[in-house]
Amino acid sequence: MGRLKPNSFAYYRPNSVASALQCLATQPDAKILAGGQSLVPAMNFRLSRPACLIDINGIEALAHVEVCADKVVLGALVHHQQIHEHPSIRQHFPVLAEAAGEIGHLAIRNRGTLGGSLVHADPASELPAAMVALRAVMEVAGVDGTRRIPAAEFFVGWMTTALDTGEMLVSVHVPLSSSSVYGFAEFARRPGDFAYVGAFVERAANESGAVTWFGVSDKPEYRPMSALPRDAAARQAEWQQLAAKLEVLDEPRMRRKLAVVLAERAYQKVEEAKIG
Amino acid sequence: MATVLGQRLRRKEDPRLITGKGQYTDDVQLPGLVYASILRSPHAHARILRVDASLAREMDGVLAVYTGEDLEGKLGTIPTAWLPPDSDIRTVPHSALAVHRVRYVGDGVALVVASSRSIAEDALDVISVDYEVLPGTADQEIAMKPDAAQLHEDAPGNVAFHWQVGHAPDDVFAHAEVTVRQRIRQQRLIPNPMEPRSAVAQYNESTGDMTIWATSQNPHIHRFLLSGILGIPEHKVRIVAIDVGGGFGAKIACYPDEALVAFAARELGRPVKWTESRREHFLVTTHGRDHIEDIELAGNRDGTLVGIRVKVLANMGAYLSTAAPGVPTILFALILPGPYTIPYAAADVYGVFTNSTPTDAYRGAGRPEATYLLERMVDLFAREIGMDPVEVRRKNLIPRHQFPYHNAMGLEYDSGNYHLALDKALEMAGYEEFRREQSRLREEGKLVGIGCTTYVEICGLGPSQVAGAVGFQGGLWESSQVRVHPTGKVTVFTGSSPHGQGEETTFAQIVADRLHIPMADVEIVHGDTDRISMGWGTYGSRSTPVGGSALAVATERVVEKAKKIAAHMLEIGESDVEFDEGRFHAKGAPGRSVSFQDVTLQAYLAWNLPAGVEPALEGRAFYDPVNFTYSFGTHLALVEVDKDTGEVELKRYIAVDDCGRVLNPLIAEGQVHGGIVQGVGQALYEGAIYDEDGQLMTGTFMDYAMPKARFFPTFETAFTETPSPHNPLGVKGIGETGTIASTPTVVNAVMDALQPFGVRDIPMPLTPERVWGAMQKGGMEA
Ligand SMILES: Cc1cc2nc3c(=O)[nH]c(=O)nc-3n(C[C@H](O)[C@H](O)[C@H](O)COP(=O)(O)OP(=O)(O)OC[C@H]3O[C@@H](n4cnc5c(N)ncnc54)[C@H](O)[C@@H]3O)c2cc1C
Repeated sequence: MGRLKPNSFAYYRPNSVASALQCLATQPDAKILAGGQSLVPAMNFRLSRPACLIDINGIEALAHVEVCADKVVLGALVHHQQIHEHPSIRQHFPVLAEAAGEIGHLAIRNRGTLGGSLVHADPASELPAAMVALRAVMEVAGVDGTRRIPAAEFFVGWMTTALDTGEMLVSVHVPLSSSSVYGFAEFARRPGDFAYVGAFVERAANESGAVTWFGVSDKPEYRPMSALPRDAAARQAEWQQLAAKLEVLDEPRMRRKLAVVLAERAYQKVEEAKIG
Repeated sequence: MATVLGQRLRRKEDPRLITGKGQYTDDVQLPGLVYASILRSPHAHARILRVDASLAREMDGVLAVYTGEDLEGKLGTIPTAWLPPDSDIRTVPHSALAVHRVRYVGDGVALVVASSRSIAEDALDVISVDYEVLPGTADQEIAMKPDAAQLHEDAPGNVAFHWQVGHAPDDVFAHAEVTVRQRIRQQRLIPNPMEPRSAVAQYNESTGDMTIWATSQNPHIHRFLLSGILGIPEHKVRIVAIDVGGGFGAKIACYPDEALVAFAARELGRPVKWTESRREHFLVTTHGRDHIEDIELAGNRDGTLVGIRVKVLANMGAYLSTAAPGVPTILFALILPGPYTIPYAAADVYGVFTNSTPTDAYRGAGRPEATYLLERMVDLFAREIGMDPVEVRRKNLIPRHQFPYHNAMGLEYDSGNYHLALDKALEMAGYEEFRREQSRLREEGKLVGIGCTTYVEICGLGPSQVAGAVGFQGGLWESSQVRVHPTGKVTVFTGSSPHGQGEETTFAQIVADRLHIPMADVEIVHGDTDRISMGWGTYGSRSTPVGGSALAVATERVVEKAKKIAAHMLEIGESDVEFDEGRFHAKGAPGRSVSFQDVTLQAYLAWNLPAGVEPALEGRAFYDPVNFTYSFGTHLALVEVDKDTGEVELKRYIAVDDCGRVLNPLIAEGQVHGGIVQGVGQALYEGAIYDEDGQLMTGTFMDYAMPKARFFPTFETAFTETPSPHNPLGVKGIGETGTIASTPTVVNAVMDALQPFGVRDIPMPLTPERVWGAMQKGGMEA
């Protein structure tokens, strides 16, 4: 109580993924430090007391955005503000750029990283839901090699991911799709706060679609829709039906209502994007 | 020379403050400095069975650990310094560290002093305390129930005091055509100045001098109280508050922490520093508001208001903080009739102990609470009789020709032109047009509303005789000393203690104006009990009306004496001297003159002074105002409510304030802007929440929603100027008006927007959830 300072801890700053993993494997009670925007406040309150920090900010290889033929690969160290501003991301995933711009304030976006946000897995955060909506794949490395986990399987519960002890997230592969259009909307109690509820809506070329909600339960909630109605009343009914089945943990009445409102607002963005 | 009074001058102090060159308490560095950290109770109410600090004492770098028992006989208790008369107030003992029992989460249990702050904080972890948890509550209504746990032996029923004032008998309400009744909860707020509290103490064993650098709004009051607590004579205690980064009332009180730091410095013979973390600040620095009010407002169908009465349960927290009892009583109830000619008014106030952080003054202190309930009630009354709320106000505002006006509680409002401010605000807002537009937008399903507040507030605290009569254990006059140096440069010593309000600028304006010298030639010194003879500090919108007036009088005394010397130099009679454009000259012969600087030099050389005139040039004044000053005005807010989310958007905000003469419009506007933001914080965002066990659930900025600049439109502000007739500057006070007026203004606007849903009241803060919830309950889908 009344604390300002974290416990004392050992500090390493490796410059390759391999040495970071080595550290992670050998140091007891070690944690990775990325942007520090979630971890450091927790440490200052002494809610988190790691014995060792592995600062990955010196690993140059994690800081890139790479556009490939069928996907865009985002390094774990790409900052929120970079996602918000990057021309290739704006071009291919405007919805991702928009959502990243809603995270906290500029100072937080300049330091906070994609990897940090995804591993932290706060159910009210934008990027995990965006990755689920975009059907991204996480590339995870451990001392025994790497594996790939689809976003929908990566987020397993309240601030919990499929990451095993000793593993780290190295990059995120976001598939390019020419046929889908996305929209995003969120509601925060105050500008700059974590979202209270948010929604990503996808319309695919074949009239099917999907909605991904966040802030409603303990993880992003992805709901595919075999047909996304063009008729407003039918769509409203669809949102209501899907929202009614959500397992909302806290303040369910308002969150369900907002889930419907925000899905529709996100859908309107889809329509605008199509015109634009 | 064009006068600098009334000019839009930028604040002299800002370059220093905004480039990180201020000198705050935590910046103080001393050789051999060590650091204190305080172990605080995690329980709202518990018996302390045992404190074992042996492991902490053995830690490397730990100099000492003290518990409540270690202080007994060495450190006095923390006093309460406002004792409202005719109440049964129980000033229960408040030890600097709890002995046997803790009464709120944050109550100090042990003090650690170590060679670094980190070590001091680490040591807290290894102190083991056995608690026997007791039942308790942070809610004043529950605390008053017969079976509630008792906090203090001397306060049965947890009643700290019961106090009544005014006269509003039943038959007033029985005969009135309409009585509206409402329960209003004014939530607890947590003041958050940018700079947290901090103290550094240094004790000189050989001289017995204790110096305490502290975040204080009133260093001399702190000297007075700490002298008693520490048992060190007053002339051996020096309090220094150089730059203070905001206070809003939370730095008035005398806290245990500053006393502990001084105690440790004396015990250890080392300078000791303590600075609270923000988390600690949330828990232990005084909170504000927290009233449960049951109100009745009576009037007739023609709109005339005839009586108001209120029963208040004021949450005092676990102990009575320094000025706390005066806040929900004197500062609240006496202004209850507000700017209206309401003939009957009465208040029945219970101060209640609960297991929560002590409350005390918070920007506006009592007056926002009174204004909020009155202005909400006026709107409910208007709705009840089907009259436009602005018309109800217009009908009841005290007419201009009735000043000075005695309100129903006996206050004498000094001057006012309430209708002028109202009309100006309505014109700025385009009120009539808005009402037409509103009906149109309502038909489109849009929820827009306008809210109005007309207010008057007690500023310029205050005549010392009245201070005594209302139980304030101090004076409320102010001291000032204007020291002119041989070269004509001036150092001013003021007992006011500005901490962000800009008085280094406005006070320099007052002096520069009267001495006809450049602003740059005037230095304002404040916040040091060794440099300033006496002072009662800065709060209650008193610095300019009282401290500034003291300064005006002292400066006049300089001019008077300089005139005598100038007359002697010019070899003319004193009455033939005119002071103009920085020169003393013979009436009708402007060529025969001496400059102010010529005179100051002669005053110091003293080679040839007129008979009976002493050398040097200084003016002093101890100014005691004859009355309070009463600022007033009208605020209007336009809001739109999102009917899907309950979100309130503040679209326009209009403030017309009258603080008497405006000495610097830029600074006055700045005070209004900050005040509005703070008041809207209460209306829409802020609120301390305790759970059933007395744990503070809103202990960080993540949970406690402070308003930010980006939530607000550009404010539209204006002033009318009705001078105070009784002080030399004609000024009134502007530091608290924004906070007082904006809370009801915005809530009234939201209620107006929600009129189609039949919503009568929503407890503050009006968060999206609550607004949305109220619309659902109201049942009508617009
Ligand atoms: C005031 C404030 C407001 C905020 N508002 C929002 C908001 O509106 N929306 C939002 O989404 N977020 C918000 N955040 C959080 C912000 O986005 C964080 O940046 C993010 O959650 C964590 O990223 P980071 O890089 O700072 O990670 P860190 O804090 O450094 O780490 C977070 C966790 O992830 C682990 N970690 C980090 N990188 C890796 C990796 N590559 N592999 C494995 N583990 C890793 C760490 O060990 C730690 O457990 C806010 C933060 C603050 C302080």
